[in-house]
Amino acid sequence: MSGQDSNDLAKGRRVHVTGLLTSAFTAISRKAHAHGIERNINFKMQFMLLFSRQGKLRLQKWYVPLSDTQKKKISREVIQMVLARKPKMCSFLEWRDLKIVYKRYASLYFCCAVEDQENELITLEIIHRYVELLDKYFGSVCELDIIFNFEKAYYILDEFILGGEAQETSKKNVLKAIEQADMLQEEAETPRSVLEEIGLT
Amino acid sequence: MPAVSKGDGMRGLAVFISDIRNCKSKEAEIKRINKELANIRSKFKGDKALDGYSKKKYVCKLLFIFLLGHDIDFGHMEAVNLLSSNKYTEKQIGYLFISVLVNSNSELIRLINNAIKNDLSSRNPTFMCLALHCIANVGSREMAEAFAGEIPRILVAGDTMDSVKQSAALCLLRLYKTSPDLVLMGEWTSRVVHLLNDQHMGVVTAAISLITCLSQKNPDEFKTCVSLAVSRLSRIVSSASTDLQDYTYYFVPAPWLSCKLLRLLQCYPPPEDGAVKGRLVECLETILNKAQEPPKSKKVQHSNAKNAILFEAISLIIHYDSEPNLLVRACNQLGQFLQHRETNLRYLALESMCTLASSEFSHEAVKTHIETVINALKTERDVSVRQRAADLLYAMCDRSNAKQIVAEMLSYLETADYSIREEMVLKVAILAEKYAVDYSWYVDTILNLIRIAGDYVSEEVWYRVIQIVINRDDVQGYAAKTVFEALQAPACHENMVKVGGYILGEFGNLIAGDPRSSPLVQFNLLHSKFHLCSVPTRALLLSAYIKFINLFPETKSTIQEVLRSDSQIRNSDVELQQRAVEYLKLSSIASTDVLATVLEEMPPFPERESSILAKLKKKKGPGAVSVNELEEGKREGGELNGGGERGGDSSAIAASNASTPSPSADLLGLRTGPPVTAAAPSAGSLLVDVFSEAGVNDDGFLRDLEPPTESSDSLLAEGPGDSDSAPPTVVSEDPAPPLPESNELLNKFVCKNNGVLFENQLLQIGIKSEYRQNLGRMYLFYGNKTSVQFLNVQAKPVEPLIEGGAQVQQVINIECLSDFMEAPLLNIKFRYGGALQNLTLKLPVTINKFFQPTEMASHDFFQRWKQLSQPQQEAQKIFKANHAMDTEVLKAKLLGLGMALLENVDPNPENFVCAGVIQTKAQQVGSLLRLEPNAQAQMYRLTLRSSKDTVSKRLCELLAEQF
Repeated sequence: MSGQDSNDLAKGRRVHVTGLLTSAFTAISRKAHAHGIERNINFKMQFMLLFSRQGKLRLQKWYVPLSDTQKKKISREVIQMVLARKPKMCSFLEWRDLKIVYKRYASLYFCCAVEDQENELITLEIIHRYVELLDKYFGSVCELDIIFNFEKAYYILDEFILGGEAQETSKKNVLKAIEQADMLQEEAETPRSVLEEIGLT
Repeated sequence: MPAVSKGDGMRGLAVFISDIRNCKSKEAEIKRINKELANIRSKFKGDKALDGYSKKKYVCKLLFIFLLGHDIDFGHMEAVNLLSSNKYTEKQIGYLFISVLVNSNSELIRLINNAIKNDLSSRNPTFMCLALHCIANVGSREMAEAFAGEIPRILVAGDTMDSVKQSAALCLLRLYKTSPDLVLMGEWTSRVVHLLNDQHMGVVTAAISLITCLSQKNPDEFKTCVSLAVSRLSRIVSSASTDLQDYTYYFVPAPWLSCKLLRLLQCYPPPEDGAVKGRLVECLETILNKAQEPPKSKKVQHSNAKNAILFEAISLIIHYDSEPNLLVRACNQLGQFLQHRETNLRYLALESMCTLASSEFSHEAVKTHIETVINALKTERDVSVRQRAADLLYAMCDRSNAKQIVAEMLSYLETADYSIREEMVLKVAILAEKYAVDYSWYVDTILNLIRIAGDYVSEEVWYRVIQIVINRDDVQGYAAKTVFEALQAPACHENMVKVGGYILGEFGNLIAGDPRSSPLVQFNLLHSKFHLCSVPTRALLLSAYIKFINLFPETKSTIQEVLRSDSQIRNSDVELQQRAVEYLKLSSIASTDVLATVLEEMPPFPERESSILAKLKKKKGPGAVSVNELEEGKREGGELNGGGERGGDSSAIAASNASTPSPSADLLGLRTGPPVTAAAPSAGSLLVDVFSEAGVNDDGFLRDLEPPTESSDSLLAEGPGDSDSAPPTVVSEDPAPPLPESNELLNKFVCKNNGVLFENQLLQIGIKSEYRQNLGRMYLFYGNKTSVQFLNVQAKPVEPLIEGGAQVQQVINIECLSDFMEAPLLNIKFRYGGALQNLTLKLPVTINKFFQPTEMASHDFFQRWKQLSQPQQEAQKIFKANHAMDTEVLKAKLLGLGMALLENVDPNPENFVCAGVIQTKAQQVGSLLRLEPNAQAQMYRLTLRSSKDTVSKRLCELLAEQF
């Protein structure tokens, strides 16, 4: 869109009006997007973000259909807002018509956006249970584990929460499912030489 | 121990991630990524078939790059290939890539669906779960079409593994949310409900989410779930903390399931069955009791889980709103949290109490915590908690504590965060009005509000105080006195000057007896602020001055002196200059009687709902976003207009006519003045009528511009008329209903601006109009076709009488505030012979008049056309040609419509396409048009697309009559 605008500007006055139309249309699409969230008000959890103190996104899970641009904009906005909070402040924030529930674990922020009627405390414990699952799986989890094994972090999340709802809250059962999958993996895996690995990078 | 060391990691991926992390700059990172992308691309394109492992690794790298925020435009096919791999990890990566990157309208969806279908029928639970997770993650309509029939079967089948059931339940829920029409529960309903009884707690946890959603939509079909939910809840609540093994979380049995059960029950009214209800009340009591027990663990997770259930139980109690005991108990327990050391609990207690305050049973109990809440407002360090405290004070306010609460909120305002000030101001204003027993308190409060937070006092607030003062004569003297005192402050807010100017202009005489506030003192006080104020305020002050001349003849010479000074009479601002000139003239030539009539005290405002309340509602809702957009739209409009062009325009028009002698409408701002006269009887209508003097003179009027009720407040017509006409006589008849042919007459003017609007044997009405942006000016010409005079034509703006054969002219200024459907009505009454003629026409103002043509290239046109693809954004009509299909005529008509006619855009040269933006004050609505003539069939197909559905519809209706 911005490339479009600058093109328009370059073409001079005639296109100036077009630029206006473009912005009118941007406003429209923004509105449509606001509606998107509204219409999907039944989606209890709308998204989950994990990000570092420096604001680097480490994991993002979206439970509502949004475009990539919208996702980027929302992440930026939410991250900025949460990072601006001071330590002793409460873990809940109102944002648009949603509630942001967040908690910091070491260098990593875990942050969920839930619909405004949703139970804040139970969401906070959803976050904690996910941290416990990661911790148990990776053995004292740290940010690096999530960076290097992001796909695992996604699997664990999928086993725990599906479509924005808690699927299995028992720590034992979730880990059992992941372990079973890992077993399958091991059986299927054929050993390969280090050289081959490096040669392929 | 961690699985990552099990040797399944992808070394290449790890190396790549390390490389990225070691990049010192953004540029280096992009460079490294581009290198990797080129590498992967060449591998995917290479002749050598890649083995599964390499494919997996590269797909995973692509995913990582995407998650870093870069665009990925290849690799989808390779990911889809991975889905059919027999190796679990390859399949897994394939599914992950698809879940994250594939959007619903991808062409690959058919291939993906195929792979999913295979996995669903594989009977391998791990594979089935992967497939179900993918459906739940993507959740597209195509997937719903493919699997909505299959998944319920998997969910209720006896031999399905528990873990698969869990995934199936939530997968179905996701499909139901995107495509409810495709998920037909019918025969499965009762078996799904009975999943609440399942042995496996995980299955219940997953299934209950599905059941809750379905119950919200079909409460009757699912109502058997109530008793099942109650018994499940009761078993959990009464269980010992160890009974549920792994579903116990920090000594709290199944907190997630408990919350979900309590949430499900909130879909229904209290159970009718006494036994069920008794059991449920018992549960709720147990939950309240348990919350009071000493904690079993010091961990915050323990108390959070316990309190999560407590808050959910309280929500249910509030939802039922029928158990006074429970409500009061809930309130007391929340009261304890108000001073808890956990910020989270204080926040939630304040929030929950807000809803308790609205129940008649617990309102009083909530009120007992007033001191604590006030204290929270003063001392909480977190602004979101203070916000909750302010909300709660607002919710618990009633007649008994209003003065205290308003005083506290006012004092909080002095230090309040900027982010919440505007809302606080609105709340104070509403409470002050709602619970005002004596209006002097109300006036004090609002003036304090302006003093403390003047910048945040919106127009609605100060309009309202003026309306109330005008309508209640018992408070007028007090208001004058107070505002006079407030103006003594060396620096007072401009809003205070506005209120002061208005009130002293109207009621300054009530305090003039005191030598300390003698007329001249009042005037000097007001005038001392004059030079610090903005133009609109100065304009208001000038009107106040002319009112002073009427109220206090002794100030006349002083004020005339001021009006005569160069800084007024030659002011560079047209509006100020015009007022100065006119007021000066008026004060020197009009007799005292005329002056007294013209400048009479304002008549009472019609009673109506406070506009402040409407504003607060708007602020609170999700509408907040759209308000910003509107404002943004306005700014954009402003830029294009070249700043004050619009303002200049309208004042220029005003200057060409003598403006109204009475400042009545102007005093509240030119455009948004409340309906001050009988001429705008429809409450809330934004139409500032053409004849603002009518109110002052308290007389009838000839023409009556009034938007039909459906479109009230959408169009504003404003027309200062000729001021020196004689006072009119009274016409009591109501306006006639619009003529039957008025629609037809209106249609004549859709594509042209000038012509004869109406003609009968007596009268001809001609119209000339011009439009620019969202403003328009219309000249109406009334021609007398007979040879006798029309007597008693009480046009204030027009000459009172029209000589035979003569013509008089009237000017109407129009501003389009937002889009509208119906044209405003023009009511005309005059006497011919002895008979009163009364006719109502539609004024030919249609939405297309506010079009701004937009030129664009073919590519842009179709891109925008596609952007407007939602069904309601389009309006289409196929109709028979009413006129000859002449290309030139069609072109002329389309140009007359106001849009830009775009050449060489449509591939078919027979077709016409147009583009334009409708300019309204509130927003701009981009519209595109396509007209496809079919010469053989003598038919047209007309398609309109615009960002606002009402606009498409209206334009389509209007245009279908034109060709």
